[in-house]
Amino acid sequence: MPVRTVLLGQGTCCISAGAKQISAALREEIARLDLAGTVQVKHTGCRGFSQIDPVVIIEPEGLLYSEVKVDDAPEIARSLLPQGQPIERLFYRDPVTDRAIPHHRDITFYNKQQRTVLKNCGYIDPEEIDDYLAVGGYQALRKVLSEMTPEQVIEAVKRSGLRGLGGGGFPAGRKWEACRRVPGDEKYVVCNADEGDPGAFQDRSVLEGDPHSVVEGMIIAGYAVGATKGYVYVRAEYPLAVKRLGIAIAEARERGFLGENVLGNGFGFDIEIFQGAGAFVCGESTALTLSLEGARGMPKPLPRPRTTEVGLWGRPTLLNNVKTFANIRWIINKGAEWFASQGTEKSKGTAIFSLTGKITNCGLIEVPMGITLREIIFDIGGGVPGGRTFKAVQTGGPSGGVLPEGLLGTPIDFDSLTAAGSMMGSGGMVVVDEDTCMVDLARYFLDFTQKESCGQCSLCRLGSVQMLEILNAITEGNGRIEDIDLLIELGESVKIGSICGLGQSAPNPVLSTIRYFREEYESHILEKKCPARVCKGLISYIIVSDKCKACMICLRKCPVEAIKGGKKEVHVIDQDKCTRCGVCLSVCPERFGAVEIIPGREVKIHG
Amino acid sequence: MNKINGEIYMQNKEQKELLVRLGEAQNKFGYLSEKVMIELAESLDMSISDVYGVATFYSFFSIRPQGRNIIRICKSVPCFLKNSQVIIETVEKEIGIKPGETTPNGKFSFHLTNCIGVCDKAPAMMINSEVYIDLTPNKISQILKAHK
Repeated sequence: MPVRTVLLGQGTCCISAGAKQISAALREEIARLDLAGTVQVKHTGCRGFSQIDPVVIIEPEGLLYSEVKVDDAPEIARSLLPQGQPIERLFYRDPVTDRAIPHHRDITFYNKQQRTVLKNCGYIDPEEIDDYLAVGGYQALRKVLSEMTPEQVIEAVKRSGLRGLGGGGFPAGRKWEACRRVPGDEKYVVCNADEGDPGAFQDRSVLEGDPHSVVEGMIIAGYAVGATKGYVYVRAEYPLAVKRLGIAIAEARERGFLGENVLGNGFGFDIEIFQGAGAFVCGESTALTLSLEGARGMPKPLPRPRTTEVGLWGRPTLLNNVKTFANIRWIINKGAEWFASQGTEKSKGTAIFSLTGKITNCGLIEVPMGITLREIIFDIGGGVPGGRTFKAVQTGGPSGGVLPEGLLGTPIDFDSLTAAGSMMGSGGMVVVDEDTCMVDLARYFLDFTQKESCGQCSLCRLGSVQMLEILNAITEGNGRIEDIDLLIELGESVKIGSICGLGQSAPNPVLSTIRYFREEYESHILEKKCPARVCKGLISYIIVSDKCKACMICLRKCPVEAIKGGKKEVHVIDQDKCTRCGVCLSVCPERFGAVEIIPGREVKIHG
Repeated sequence: MNKINGEIYMQNKEQKELLVRLGEAQNKFGYLSEKVMIELAESLDMSISDVYGVATFYSFFSIRPQGRNIIRICKSVPCFLKNSQVIIETVEKEIGIKPGETTPNGKFSFHLTNCIGVCDKAPAMMINSEVYIDLTPNKISQILKAHK
């Protein structure tokens, strides 16, 4: 029996950082040192702290080696010899205290988290069903089939307070109950893994790291609502998730957890994977069902019956998100009361967020509902890197809103985030710093949703284009002050005049940036200045005369010959000729740092 | 299309195969030709315009021939915040085409895509089904050289 386990993350993120090569090298070294009998190398999903990938963990000690390279493999293998010592230089260093931290449990990124759905991600091999069984996998299914009626299962999910984690936050138990109540012998369970929100990757991580938890949740759901067939709708951009889920389904079938007679209980259920083909709007439930039926994924017109009543092929269909299904086994195993004891009054359990953007610790985290934004961004996320200042956080992707510093005390739950003008959404959390222009950011989000509009609703299709054109004009310096109110009016109209969540939320980034950063819009329009020094039409490049060493580099490289000066003669940029291409800034030697960007176009030439 | 209680759904269950078959054809031929779409329509008992409608709705399908290697650079916000514009410009310079185009020698097609879910390693791109992360202009030249 192995006495030590070397855990090596093999998520998409880890693999692209070289984890496959490291694994091969490690296995080779371990065999060479004759350690194969006592050391086991295990491939797992990603542990979430992407910033320090690839990570190697040695159990049972719990040692964590960060940013491991292939060349480190021999030393890691030697450290596993009986007389071997931990490798200090590979320990994670806390960016604040600069102390080396040997154990993963002591790292601040982890110790404020509460990992339920992600508990097994990074511990078990997602391609080995026995690993899942060893941590209690499929026990919930056994319990459900042997001890509970479908009604009791639904009652447990209701009592747990679990809310749909795809964004809407609709109580899961009520949805299950509604689907159960609709008469019909042909029903479907669909797992929405069409995670398209920019800045969210939790569904991918769960499917790559613990696919059986989703499979188990779906089977239980099938039993509860009376369905015999399940589909997982995965996006085309996630090939590894599709592969691992496929393995999990095949293994589950082999062991009798899926098939015509699940665990000999007489209940039949099977799951099929369906790959999307790249359309953001398919995350909407009616669009997703149409896409599954092989049609254009366009949300159905209003009024529409619920998918629970008339869904796939006109049959009652239960549609839940990956994380919702992954929570089910915990509710069954540990009890609805245990689940309901976590989180806040109206938002139970945990929330998973993808931390990205201008944040020190990028990665995937799971936290109890009710934790504040400040704790997430500054304690777990480590704040903004490079000595820059935090400016705002965007939650809920392109459907959500931007929240400023003043609202960092907001607790994370469905209702508080909505009240603040944002939303939980798919769990993306994009942090921006002082170098990000809020008008430009809003424009960028809107550009995304506008292109993804399916085009059915005039206001979504055309209103979003009009809003984008106004934002373009503002960032180019051609905005008018009345444009701000016009954007609000248009935004509200697009929300009212759209039939699905895409159009109803597309204006949110614009509306929330106006709400909290109106002065930035006004600077662009009235002063013709971009305070964050981003919008090309509203900034100037200057050469600071007492830093310029007259080295002639920028002068020669300027593509429009806008820089005047000579040897021993301080250089000056002719603002009329300058196209703000930024070449001078990129070529000015770092030790001089003479080229700077300043907001606004009306500049006096420094000299 | 059919309606029950005013609700739209596809009655033809065979049609579910359409997305799968379109995907297979795209993988095999690199794009969806008129001939392929007509054949699919006939075998699934659908109208040609319905097949065309589906083929042009999804961004992973293409009705024009594609290069041997398809580059998809993420254009979403987390990558944008980590200077994906510079990466896009570098690729444009290296292979001499703009997003949406294919090189004359048929080696590369270049597209901008929505989030590919590795925002924690931005900026990122995919070439075929391979993901590349933490991109820098220097890395781009090396990665492109490795593709024939």
